[in-house]
Parts: sequence; C-alpha cells; structure tokens
Amino acid sequence: MSLISCQGISKIYKMGEVEIKALNNVSVEISKSQSISFIGPSGSGKTTMLNLFGVLDKPTSGTLKVIGTDISKLNYVERAKFRGEHLGFIFQNFNLIPVLTVYENVEYPLIMVKSIPPKERKEKVLSLLDAVGMLDQKDKLINQISGGQKQRVAIARSLTTDPKIVLADEPTANLDHESAYKVMSLMKRLSREIGTTFIFSTHDPKIVKEVDITYTIEDGVLVNREERNN
Amino acid sequence: MNNIIKIAFRNLYRQKRRSFLTMGIVAFGVLAVLLFSATAGSFKNFMISEITDSMLGHIQIHAKGYVSSLDNLPLDKTIKAKQIKEMEKILDEIPEIESYTYRILLGGMVSNYLESTSAKFSAIIPAKETKVAPLLEERLLKGEFLKKGEILLPEMITKGFDSKIGDDIVLVATNADGSVNGQPLKISGIMESVVGPTGKYGYIHFDDAKSILRMNETEISEVAIRLKNFNDLEKVNSILNEKLAAIKNKKDQPFFEIHTWEKLSPFYNIAKMIDMMSLFIKIILIGIVLVSIMNVMIMAVYERTKEIGAISAMGTLPSKIRLMFLFEGLFLGVFGSVIGVVASLIAIFIVNISNITVAFGRNSNILLQPEVSFSQIVMTALIVILVAIVAVLEPAFKASKLEPIEALRQN
Repeated sequence: MSLISCQGISKIYKMGEVEIKALNNVSVEISKSQSISFIGPSGSGKTTMLNLFGVLDKPTSGTLKVIGTDISKLNYVERAKFRGEHLGFIFQNFNLIPVLTVYENVEYPLIMVKSIPPKERKEKVLSLLDAVGMLDQKDKLINQISGGQKQRVAIARSLTTDPKIVLADEPTANLDHESAYKVMSLMKRLSREIGTTFIFSTHDPKIVKEVDITYTIEDGVLVNREERNN
Repeated sequence: MNNIIKIAFRNLYRQKRRSFLTMGIVAFGVLAVLLFSATAGSFKNFMISEITDSMLGHIQIHAKGYVSSLDNLPLDKTIKAKQIKEMEKILDEIPEIESYTYRILLGGMVSNYLESTSAKFSAIIPAKETKVAPLLEERLLKGEFLKKGEILLPEMITKGFDSKIGDDIVLVATNADGSVNGQPLKISGIMESVVGPTGKYGYIHFDDAKSILRMNETEISEVAIRLKNFNDLEKVNSILNEKLAAIKNKKDQPFFEIHTWEKLSPFYNIAKMIDMMSLFIKIILIGIVLVSIMNVMIMAVYERTKEIGAISAMGTLPSKIRLMFLFEGLFLGVFGSVIGVVASLIAIFIVNISNITVAFGRNSNILLQPEVSFSQIVMTALIVILVAIVAVLEPAFKASKLEPIEALRQN
C-alpha cells in the first residue's frame, strides 16, 4: 500500500477575484521508507504539495490519501489528531519554542500531542537527542544554540511521536554549507535506521543527491521524476 | 496539565516587563477596590453605630400609622397596655434580641420662666434605654444622666436660654384628650445633638411623661430593640413581622408596624450611596482587568502566531492551545490579585496607624479605622480572576482556530 496516494489533485487559491492554480492535476504515489524531494523554482507548488501531504491543507479537487485516509473528509480537529499521530514536521525557520530548553522542545509533542508515561518519555527524548548529537546541549534554551543545532533539535522533535512520514520544508535553507551537510546526513541515517519516510521541498542540490526519488514541479505540474540508488 | 501550566508560565516570563506591568495594573485595581471598601465601610459602620447605638436602636415597633405621622408625634396612635403585654411575650421569646425599651415621644413647650421654645422629647426608662442605646450617655456634654423629675436638654436650647445644670424649667405638653398640662423639671444634663440636623430633641423620664400627659395606664409611642448581632437584622425583622402580624387592631388589620433603622434614618440613603460607589469602583476594576489582560493576550497571540502555527502543525489540539492561553490569563489575574491584596493590607494598616479623622455633619472627629473582611478579599480576588479568564477567552479561541499554514506564513 502506498503511504501517500494522490490522484489528479489540484489546489486553487483565491486572492480576491483572482484564482491562482498552485497545483494542477498532480498524481503521485509514495511508498514506505523512501526519501523524496520536490524541487522547482519559487512559486512552483512545492510547499503547497508538502502542506497537502502534511494534512495542513485540503486539495481543491482530486483524491489525496495519506496512510490510507482520505484527508478531504477530515475536519479541523481530526486533521490535528491525524498529524499528531502519523506525521512529523521540520520547518525552514526551525519554529522551536523559545521559552523551552532543547530537552523540553523535543519532549513537547509527547506531552501536548501523544501522551506517554514520564519514564518512557524521558528515555525516548534522551535517545533522540543522543541520535542527533544534542544530548550535551539538552538544558540550553533555544537562543543559546546555533542554527545547525536548532535544526538538529527540530529533527529530533519531528521524530518523537514515531511518525510514518516526516515533512521537511526547505530544512537546510537557513544553514551554512557544513551544517546543511551534517543535517542532511543525519536525516538520511535516521530515515534508514527508523524506517521513516522523509519528504523534502528544496532548492538544495545536496538534498537532491541524497534522496531516493526527486520530483520536479513547474507551475504546479509534475514535469520530471528521477530515481536514485543511494 | 502540569506541562501546559509550565509552558504558560514561561510564556509570561519571556515578556517579563509586559507581564509585570499588567499584573501591576490589576494589583492597583484590587488595591483601589479594597482600600475604598475598607475606608468607606469603616465610615459607614461608624455612622450606623452612632445612629443605632445612640438613638434609634436596631429595630423599632410602632402602632400602625405612627411612623407616617411621626412629625406630629401623635398621642392617639400609641401602643396600649394590652398590646404591650402581648408584644412583650413575643419579644421575650426571640433569642436574637439583646434588650428592648419603651419610649413615649411628645412635643411640647419648654420655658425658663423668661423665654419659651418648642421642642420634641423622648420619654425614656433610663436603665433600659442605655441597654438599647449604649452610646446615648456619651452624648451628654455636661451634667449627669436622667433621673425622675429631671430633663436632658439639647445644647441648642440651653444656649438659647443661657441655662445651666440644676436650673429649673417647665415643660408644657398637650395630652391625647387635647388638654394642656405642665410640670417643672430640673436640668440634669446638656446633650449633644446626634449626627445630622436633628434639631431640638431632649429627654425626660418615662414616669414624668405619663404624669404630664395624664396617662392612667401605660401607653407607649415606640419600642426600640437592640439585637445581640447586628447581622441578624433582617432575620429578626421578618420574625417580628410574622409574629406580630397576629395581633390585630379593631379593623382586623395588623396592629403593629415594624421598621429597621434603615427605614427610620436618612443616613441609610448615604449608606446606600457608599455601597453604590463601592460597586462602581468594582465595575472600574473589572474594566481595568478586562482591558489590560485582553490587550496583553491579543498582543501575545499576534506575536506568537508562527509558534502557534508550528505547534498546531505538529498536531496540538485546539483545546490544548486554548488551555495554554487561558492559563496565561489566569496567572496574570491570580498574581495581580495576590500583589493587590498584599498592597491593600499594607495600605489599610498604614491608614489605621495614621489615626486619620474626618468630619461629617456635627461630628468632626470620625476616626477612620478601615478593615477588610476575608470574604471581601476573596470576593474581590475571585472577580479579578473570573474577569481575567473572560478577558483571555477571545484571544485564546482565536489562537486555537488559527490555520497552521496561515500562521506559519506570518513574518
């Protein structure tokens, strides 16, 4: 079974009287344990694609099933529950909670989204922080760590709820070359170790080189699919 | 829940200055309410005690129709011996009543043999009267309290007559039959008028009044009652109304009418005004809390839109986002209230040790002794906390309904 199955989906945004077609009749099948990237110029529809796969938005037309669930049938609260149970997010600007420490940021989804017993929670958070190499920084506040470290914390946070899919919107865009390389290697390793599917939207050729499948989007239309054996 | 509380607390802490300023505004509102209530309450209680303890008593009983013609002090609307006996039986059975006394009220002319003037008199049984109105003796400016054959004249008359203690005067009054009678009396004391424009009001002995008015049997104008606990006023009033209603007049209507001090003293209106002002101050407090907390929380939602978008994208349920903001508002209300209560207690203590006096009417030395009850503190704090929660509802709902995509897009 496909992890994500979309058949002929379109997404139209209305800005006053003007209609903008962000996606036009896109069909994609994504299987488990793949790493996927969507590339294309700004405004091509990459982020819209990720928003739809992340159940943050609904398609205007077409069928989109994420982990077998038709997302257009979910209401606001059901979509939030679905995201909490099945999906992880990594944002370009990290979007970590500045009032919490590194440890607490990673712990946050396990408190607010998916409750597990405190002992188990602690073990899980420490193990993820260890996996991303941030264990020694766990008591620092977010403004006390670097951009690369922030993204590593964000990766750990995205994995706390054991998501089947992690969606990463331009995860290396705000990082320097070395940090971007480290973050990308980390995600690749975790993808293999944990078996989570990573889906990226990116401009970054480093990401493209590391993923299994790359889709190119132009003007809301899938124009190319390239598979690699990494 | 603990973690939501922790996050809410830290969210307030990250905007320290703003949070403390808001708490300061809330605290100032609480201080204003409690200090005003305590001070105005002290003044009100002092005045009520002055009026009830030195003149009226807590409750009065009259024959039906007496109070509406009180200005004339009618002698044909008195309580007769038969009704007195029946009434006594009822009064003695009410445990909340500390004491009661009888009075005959009469109007008359007093003369020092050179000049004469009209005045009103209360004929009292001194031993009983001082139990009902314990501050009455304190109104004595000169001389001694009343004995049979003596009169207590208000200062207003003795000044006009240029009289002194021990002087003889004559009191002339018209009795219920319309005949006029007079009796010489010795001035035993000079009374200060009670607060307010009470005019010329003196005291004579009950037996002397009976003699002047040629009463063969005891008749009284009113019964003044003092309660053991002032707070039982309404309870005793309703008991009396219920029990005395059984005693009927010739028209088969209740013989008695019962009035609490509130119905008999014009100060009650001032007391009501003080209560109204306290209410207005509370409404202002509600406004302050509502506007300040709502403003801060709207700002917080606006500033943290992207963050809300991120936690919402991660799958945080709207109810939890709402709860987080509700806790933030709650903390502002709770901490503001606590600071306000502490500041109020300090301010009340300072006013108490400063011995501040105010003047009202003829009483120029009313000592302000503000005190605030535990229930007042709790009530004010609860109002603030409740309003704080109401104030944060709109921003909290707004935050919980943000679309994650829109929120994440915000710069």
